[in-house]
Amino acid sequence: MDTASANDFDIRDYLRVELLPHFMCPGCGHGIALRALLWAVHDLKLAKDRLAIVSGIGCSGRVGAYIDANTFHVTHGRPLAFATGLALARPDLEVIVITGDGDCLAIGGNHLIHACRRNLHLTCLMFNNEIYGMTGGQVSPTTADDRLTTTTPYGNAEPSFDACALAAAAGASFVGRGMTLQTVALKNLIRDAISHRGFSFVEVISDCTEIFGRKNDLGSSPEMILRQKGSMKPDTYGNVVDRPFRPNAVQTGVLARNDRPEYGDAYRAAVLGAAGAAVAG
Amino acid sequence: MIPVGRRNLQGNHACAYAAIAAGCRFYAGYPITPSSEIAEKMSLELPRVQGVFVQMEDEIASMGAVIGASLGGVKAMTATSGPGFSLKQENLGYAAMVEVPCVIIDVMRGGPSTGMPTRPAQGDLMQARWGTHGDHPIVVVTPASVGEIYTETVRAFDLAERLRTPVIVLYDETVGHLVETVDVPDLSDVTSAQRKWASGPKETFLPYADPGDGVPEMVRPGDGYRCHTTGLTHGENGFPTQRPAEVEEMTRRLLGKLERHRDVIDRFETVRTGDAHIVVVAVGIAARAARRAVVEARAKGIAAGLFRPITLWPFPEAAFREVVAGADAVLVVEMNAGQLALEIERLVGRRGKVARLNRISGEPIGPDEILANIEELARHGHR
Repeated sequence: MDTASANDFDIRDYLRVELLPHFMCPGCGHGIALRALLWAVHDLKLAKDRLAIVSGIGCSGRVGAYIDANTFHVTHGRPLAFATGLALARPDLEVIVITGDGDCLAIGGNHLIHACRRNLHLTCLMFNNEIYGMTGGQVSPTTADDRLTTTTPYGNAEPSFDACALAAAAGASFVGRGMTLQTVALKNLIRDAISHRGFSFVEVISDCTEIFGRKNDLGSSPEMILRQKGSMKPDTYGNVVDRPFRPNAVQTGVLARNDRPEYGDAYRAAVLGAAGAAVAG
Repeated sequence: MIPVGRRNLQGNHACAYAAIAAGCRFYAGYPITPSSEIAEKMSLELPRVQGVFVQMEDEIASMGAVIGASLGGVKAMTATSGPGFSLKQENLGYAAMVEVPCVIIDVMRGGPSTGMPTRPAQGDLMQARWGTHGDHPIVVVTPASVGEIYTETVRAFDLAERLRTPVIVLYDETVGHLVETVDVPDLSDVTSAQRKWASGPKETFLPYADPGDGVPEMVRPGDGYRCHTTGLTHGENGFPTQRPAEVEEMTRRLLGKLERHRDVIDRFETVRTGDAHIVVVAVGIAARAARRAVVEARAKGIAAGLFRPITLWPFPEAAFREVVAGADAVLVVEMNAGQLALEIERLVGRRGKVARLNRISGEPIGPDEILANIEELARHGHR
């Protein structure tokens, strides 16, 4: 089925090809993540006119511009807030947020936990490359212990954030993690996340080769992406809370799922229904 | 339900009713004194017109959600006070840059910082103009009564839609919590513009091209134009650019957009300024005290007048210059340490005296005090 899907999927149908070549660095994992997203969009037969991409600031934020859809590149850390307004005002749109580890977990952390709690139908893809790449390689909330960055010249002393554990604890009704190493699995995960009615959070492990890789002597792009394999535990569905995050073991697949009421539906049913009754009464 | 006819309304409630009458169908906010009655009223009334109210996690998010809803094609607003207004400035700049119609109410309280949440002040006059970074267009209106909160909130939506710009409705706590008798118009009598939607061939559409009046047509997601919107400096096609000529052209259009529409933006009130030697300038509740002071000064034979900007920014310069052309002195009355006075001093220059009457104690300024200042100017030969 994936073979058939791959055969009739031409990424150029979903890209603004006139903007190519893109400006991501050689070896950057974000292109693979973008391909997985567009492949999922293709599988779901989503109309490009109904697709809205909201992205924040950073390398991940610049990916949205290449998508042939309604694309909004907003302020740093705020894409979930913009997307909340857009999705509430326009429930007919399929709104997908592309964010990064700094955008989503540091400056945008408050918006993430409340988006998870609210459970509005949105899909949030967090491209995790462990670094602020756009600004030159500063430490991020997901940078692993002891890693060197331009602001941790003696090694990172802060623990890294497990975004999926956070999202699950905050009530996201779909939480998953995928890797750029496994494009098909990642595509399927994103497809399921978009299909899920409610707030879906997907962490995409993506490599920053040019800045993070060089700084930490992690080898070439193929070497970095293969290292993902060594550190992951695929298809585990266990409780992710209290487990060490990278580099020890990374669980992939669907990590949490529940069928809490979707916020937009709940709001329209309860509030608009009651108000309508009040008007009629 | 939205009241119509003669009603006693609180300022903040009048604001909410006016917004709905103007077609606002989305509100995102965060609780803050002394503006919360607006959010409360919107949470009650918006669902009755199939609109959406959402209380967001913070002030920043509520501004983001408002812009998101407006990008979706729905008229949207938020309300706040000084501390929240500071937080909104980040996304306010985005709205100015990508030209998203939206309305922000700032009910001013004592500052700086947490200040005096329940006390009136006019400390945000400059924040409203320059709060977000970079050169940017902004429209700020300053109603002085409950009735005017209604009409100016309606006009704020009208201007936001016509000009594709954020519009701030700025008033002090006193006006916001005042209860006055208002003639609320029938909903069918309220007119408020709708933005120009993108038209023409989709393949060649340029979302930031100047159609002639400086205000580009706006794309509605789902209509098939599939454009890009970014806070990065962008060219006519909406995509980022750093080409100097393109950057200059885009920025000049953005900044010049308001100047080209002064006819609908400028609004002010004058009281007996025709032969005035002393012109009082004030906004909001201070202007109402000033009006009384001017009338009493006239009764005492002093040729005083009042210039009240209703649109504060861009400042109605042309009208003001005309009013003060024959005056010897200007008295700027404001509930801050002197903000509007800076603009007035700039406009008056060396042609006349500019005196200041400021109040930073958390109380309004009374007519007697203004009258005393007018008399003082008169004693020094400014009559």
